[in-house]
Amino acid sequence: MDFPTQSSPYLPVDNGVGRLMARVSVALLPGALCLFWFFGWGVVFNLLISTLTALGAEALMLLLRRRPVKASLLDGSALLTGLLLALTLPPLAPWWLPMLGAGFAIVVAKHLYGGLGYNPFNPAMVGFVVLIISFPLQMTLWPPPQGLQHDYALHFGDTLQLVFGGTLPEGRALDSLTMATPLDNAKTQFGLDYTWSEITATPLFGRFGGYGWEWINLAYLAGGLWLWRKRAIQWQIPTGMLGALFTIALLFFIADSDSFGSPLFHLFSGATMLGAFFIATDPVSAATTPRGRLYYGAGIGVLTYAIRTWGGYPDAIAFSVLLMNMAAPTIDYYTQPRVFGHPDK
Amino acid sequence: MIEILEQPRQIFGGLRLAANKAQSLRTPLRSAPLPERLIVPLSQHIGEPAETLVQVGDKVLKGQPIARSLNYISAPVHAPTSGTVTDIGEYAVPHPSGLKATCVVIHADGADRSADTGLKMDDVFCADPADIRQRVREAGIVGLGGAGFPTAVKLNPGRPVELLVINAAECEPYISCDEALMCERTAEVIDGVRIMRHALQAQQVVIGVEDNMPRAVDCLRRGLEAAGERDIRLLAVPTVYPAGGEKQLIYALTGKEIPSQGLPADLGMVCHNVGTAAAVARALLQGEPLISRIVTITGAGVSQPCNLEVRIGTPIADVIASCGGYTEQAAHLLMGGPMMGIPLPNDRMPVIKTSNCLLAASVEEIPPPPAALPCIRCARCTEVCPAYLLPQQLFWYARSRDFDKVQDYNLFDCIECGCCARVCPSHIPLVQYYRFAKTEIWDLERQRTKADLARQRHEFRVERLEREKKALEERRAAAKKGLAARPKSGDAEAKKAEIAAALARVKGKKTQPATVSAMRGSADSEQGPGSDTGSDSR
Amino acid sequence: MLTAIIALGTLAAVFGLLLGYSAIRFRVEGDPIVERIDALLPQTQCGQCGFAGCRPYAEAIAGGEADINQCPPGGDAGIQALAELLGVEPKPLNAEHGEHTELRLAVIDEQTCIGCTLCIQACPVDAILGAAKQMHTVIASECTGCDLCVAPCPVDCIHMLAPGQVIATWKWPYPGSEQRLTAGDSA
Repeated sequence: MDFPTQSSPYLPVDNGVGRLMARVSVALLPGALCLFWFFGWGVVFNLLISTLTALGAEALMLLLRRRPVKASLLDGSALLTGLLLALTLPPLAPWWLPMLGAGFAIVVAKHLYGGLGYNPFNPAMVGFVVLIISFPLQMTLWPPPQGLQHDYALHFGDTLQLVFGGTLPEGRALDSLTMATPLDNAKTQFGLDYTWSEITATPLFGRFGGYGWEWINLAYLAGGLWLWRKRAIQWQIPTGMLGALFTIALLFFIADSDSFGSPLFHLFSGATMLGAFFIATDPVSAATTPRGRLYYGAGIGVLTYAIRTWGGYPDAIAFSVLLMNMAAPTIDYYTQPRVFGHPDK
Repeated sequence: MIEILEQPRQIFGGLRLAANKAQSLRTPLRSAPLPERLIVPLSQHIGEPAETLVQVGDKVLKGQPIARSLNYISAPVHAPTSGTVTDIGEYAVPHPSGLKATCVVIHADGADRSADTGLKMDDVFCADPADIRQRVREAGIVGLGGAGFPTAVKLNPGRPVELLVINAAECEPYISCDEALMCERTAEVIDGVRIMRHALQAQQVVIGVEDNMPRAVDCLRRGLEAAGERDIRLLAVPTVYPAGGEKQLIYALTGKEIPSQGLPADLGMVCHNVGTAAAVARALLQGEPLISRIVTITGAGVSQPCNLEVRIGTPIADVIASCGGYTEQAAHLLMGGPMMGIPLPNDRMPVIKTSNCLLAASVEEIPPPPAALPCIRCARCTEVCPAYLLPQQLFWYARSRDFDKVQDYNLFDCIECGCCARVCPSHIPLVQYYRFAKTEIWDLERQRTKADLARQRHEFRVERLEREKKALEERRAAAKKGLAARPKSGDAEAKKAEIAAALARVKGKKTQPATVSAMRGSADSEQGPGSDTGSDSR
Repeated sequence: MLTAIIALGTLAAVFGLLLGYSAIRFRVEGDPIVERIDALLPQTQCGQCGFAGCRPYAEAIAGGEADINQCPPGGDAGIQALAELLGVEPKPLNAEHGEHTELRLAVIDEQTCIGCTLCIQACPVDAILGAAKQMHTVIASECTGCDLCVAPCPVDCIHMLAPGQVIATWKWPYPGSEQRLTAGDSA
């Protein structure tokens, strides 16, 4: 009797890129729902436009590069890029903003570098950075979180009109519909020499991480922990990043609690948790050695704090991630683990 | 002093796999029926192939050597049963290449008559260790755990041995031949371990078993008690694949790491498989060389999974037939387990000394590998690599055939356990990439050695030609000089010589010896002195 | 103006001295370049490059008289290695010198051989055994596959054959390069 042959090991696989990406996407759900709860329909529009553009661009590039389209689309990596980008964009952004960002992320940051597995930079963050540099005004279109102001809230129809038509509801100015995020607000107020306790006295700052934002970050944290439990991500990057961010924030806060934000505020505001568990952990562009991932995460944490505190942008996850992407090969090179049976280095 | 840990450690990385050993342990160990025809390869071990001692048509007896080892790292081969040698030729053997190798084909006569092997020792435990090693060598015993390294070599590590480790961990799924052996031939195992301890003069002995085989632990414990043996320790290591790797097991038992590219002997240890120990006992106590072994026949593709004692050289088809044959589901055939086994293209190949398991698997057990996707550098492979390597980097450089870089990342510390490939979400055949790179590197080394030899031989040749040319020139120059020097010195003298020669010839007709010497003299003078110088210089 | 010139001049002098010092202090002692080129050549000694052997070719490369793409037995891998050593761009094999083929070894048909010794004289590595009017044979482990013995044979009894695959030197195929893993549909 004859048999076909293949290389060892032979056991059925219980893992796959598609499944990995699907898990990450599912783990985003609680955070995305929170975001939707606090910021309304614009979040949904962003998600739809961004993911559809990402998938379309992916299909187009695969066709142009003569790669199997269906298999690669189903691996879910383009979908995830679209999701991640959408969750970082302001909900009232005009429709072309997520489209442009997602298109740039997939076409330039991913496929021009060789597609899945070859991109040195996190595509979603490249898309975000391109948008924030090119369209700084549109990137601030955050509405006040649900429940903070009682006078007026944008409904589905209004948001649809604003996002796709650019027309404001009657009798409203754009300024009255938007509001600075806690991070943005804190930065401005520090610039005006207010102290931290004065700044956080307003309801915008919620309990510890900003009204609404603390819940969103907690939801991302929950999703991230689930991912870690499911072994879709490893503990080093989130631990390194959150640990470093917390430590450095704590040091400055202890040194001068008037002119620096509290560590909890840094952990639970802005895109911290999204960044720690979902963005920085993008395996393709991150460091890969166990120790290297810790350093890589810590680097992102430190850079995030530095840019938030002294830099020109209110939040800094995207820039920090991209900067550390650049350092990843070097980190990998210098953090190779000691191989079994080799002497300590 | 090597300390054996009270609580064995868990190895780094590795996988927890479904054991799948129960199905082959349901029936007791039995012997497979004698096949009609046995195909016995001459190379069933690491090292040089053995050299045949028999010819086609020879009658052989069971246990009679049919091939001898000429090198230190080699092992002889014995006739597994009595019969007639019907062919010595190239047959397919179980090897991933599917290539053929020299085999001796024996048609069994059914009588199974034994030869007197002279291996039996009356008082093994008082014998000289060198004598034991010699007999182990003559018995053709090699490591039965899978690698097939000649056991006699490992019994002679060339330095004092503190600790003898008996590897009974059998970590790969489906394989249960060692467990069956330990449960059913406990006394033989313990005898073998004691003989090995004596041969190595080892101070301590530990048997390492995986903690998922309590029955084997039980049997061994009772056997050790029955034998009154208190100095052999029995430890259960945590069940994680590949805890049965030599380096991994030693780490689990002692917390020590065998140096890269080194041997356990570097740390004063030697590690033998439990089946090998039993084979040693059988050879020295019963006089039977290694002509059979216990094989696990299992998988959904075989009707009655079981453990069988099979004669070396039995065609796999016959072995499967004695387990009730294939089921409908049989889709793959492996020699070894599902993590490191060798894929077999057909079942006409023989069972060899290292065949611990025959796995006839269904499509569910071994599905076709999904198409490979690009590496996403998720580093799941790094988490499970028991050698702490960076499999993703090894893959990257092996794929781009950068053989220097791949060695910088310690390719040769890879034990090919397959954990990385098993967890890879991109389904990349990582192990094959590493094997490809390893064999390519060995080939490059062979080429380099060959090129060095060619360079050396070419240089010798050039030098030789040069020398010959020079010698020729010298000879010519000398000859010319000689010619120039001789005849023109004077006609008178030449005439004198001629006259003398003529006289000599006349005289020569009267006395024979004088003629000969004279003629020789004239011949010399005709040839000239040049040729003499020439031959001197040669 | 003057200060600038002096400052720059001093700087230049200091750096020049530093460079000069480090060139002496950290000089890389290496094999002469010919040795290193020769080490990369396959030592087939076939002369297809147009030189009388590998070493003369190495000398010619070192002397700039020959290009790096004249060695068919070395193939693209050899050219790549030479390019890396010499810091030049690799280029495709010059077809004038022949094509790269897998190693083949000379085999003498011992029935036909008349024992003329011509091949023995042609062999650059003395890999043929024999004497006048005695049958000749090739020492396979020393044959470089240079082809030089084929032409002189008056009875055409030398054939270049690919060495048979044996288990000891078998190589794992590059993944994906073959549908089937194993070479064999064997007996």
